[in-house]
Amino acid sequence: MTVETEVLWLDEHRVVSLRELVEISGLREAELLELVHSGALPVRDAARGEYSFSARVVTVARTACRLRDDFELDTRGMGVALKLLERVRDLEEEIARLRAQLPGS
Amino acid sequence: MKYTDYYAALGVERGASADEIKKAYRRLAQKYHPDVSKEPGAETKFKEVAEAYQTLKDPEKRAAYDALGSRPQGEEFRPPPDWARQHGGNGSEQFSFDDVDFADLFSRFGARGAMPGRDFEVPVEISIEDAFRGTTLSLSLSMPEYDANGRVRRVPHAVKARIAAGAVDGQRLRLPGKGGKGFQGGRDGDLYLDISLKPHQLYRATGHDLYLDLPLSPSEAALGASLEIPTLAGPVSLKVPAGTSSGRKLRLSGRGLPKPRGGAGDLFAVAQIVVPAGLSEQERELYQRLAESGSFEPRRHFRGEGA
Repeated sequence: MTVETEVLWLDEHRVVSLRELVEISGLREAELLELVHSGALPVRDAARGEYSFSARVVTVARTACRLRDDFELDTRGMGVALKLLERVRDLEEEIARLRAQLPGS
Repeated sequence: MKYTDYYAALGVERGASADEIKKAYRRLAQKYHPDVSKEPGAETKFKEVAEAYQTLKDPEKRAAYDALGSRPQGEEFRPPPDWARQHGGNGSEQFSFDDVDFADLFSRFGARGAMPGRDFEVPVEISIEDAFRGTTLSLSLSMPEYDANGRVRRVPHAVKARIAAGAVDGQRLRLPGKGGKGFQGGRDGDLYLDISLKPHQLYRATGHDLYLDLPLSPSEAALGASLEIPTLAGPVSLKVPAGTSSGRKLRLSGRGLPKPRGGAGDLFAVAQIVVPAGLSEQERELYQRLAESGSFEPRRHFRGEGA
């Protein structure tokens, strides 16, 4: 059976609530909040204590959940790993950007 | 189904202690975890290691696994008829072993009640043209599915997904409910697509911007030229200013990849001055005259340096 399906872009235009993030990332609310407070997970809006996030964060939170499960990390470990992974990603993007400007062979 | 040697996957003896198994897993996980390792084949290797650990770390699953006996890796076999009843956990009568992967035998051990379906992540390569115009992907996946008795089987899963124009390298998409089926009222898992762009013959993409090498003859670069440039939407004309050196980027605004919410990146044509490998007699003569009459000093800034 083939079904045409709903496709959600995980980019900065889409907003997800804390509740949604709990449901789709596999992390508990307390873990997500700790990651937010440690600065590892950027918040889009924290008005009236209601957190919302850019949908980009879904990928980050899922990575955190994977790291927690596969390496038995606690929240602090996840936070450090996420920050390092973010730096690696930024550097990789920078390399890709510079490489795109180099003349091809 | 094919027998998988979980002890070999972790590199431990069959009689290894729980602690030895954990240590072996940790060592291999650090080496092959796809979020950490960029080694080729790391992801496949990690899956094998994780699958082995999921079963061997759990005493109940390990006992069930050991009850299958020791066989050569990859040997075709079927579990003995009463194996599932003895080790199955959920009191399910009889396993159907058709269309089942080895790992599926252990995946629902000890599970009770509602369980959410598994999420799947699938890397997808699309062309730059597809990213520009949008495309419809037809994916054929194989996912484990459980019936009401907890019996598992592999079910082919066809997903058709419309990818609107504007995807870039690294774009992630979420297809809610298109992952593994939930069990006993658990929600269905999600399918995640990890988009990357195939290398293109002409364009190099970075975000929504595209780069294109623009070879110019020395005279075109010196005198300027009006050229036709290939873009994803068709050829456009570009004025190369006189006195263009190699490396100069000529921007064609809005001719890059479209952005999902409107607007588009730019196309940069990067000037590259190329000279013919061989010159005709007449060309050689003209270059010679140019060399003799020219006042151009490309290395003026060397002077006074390092002396």
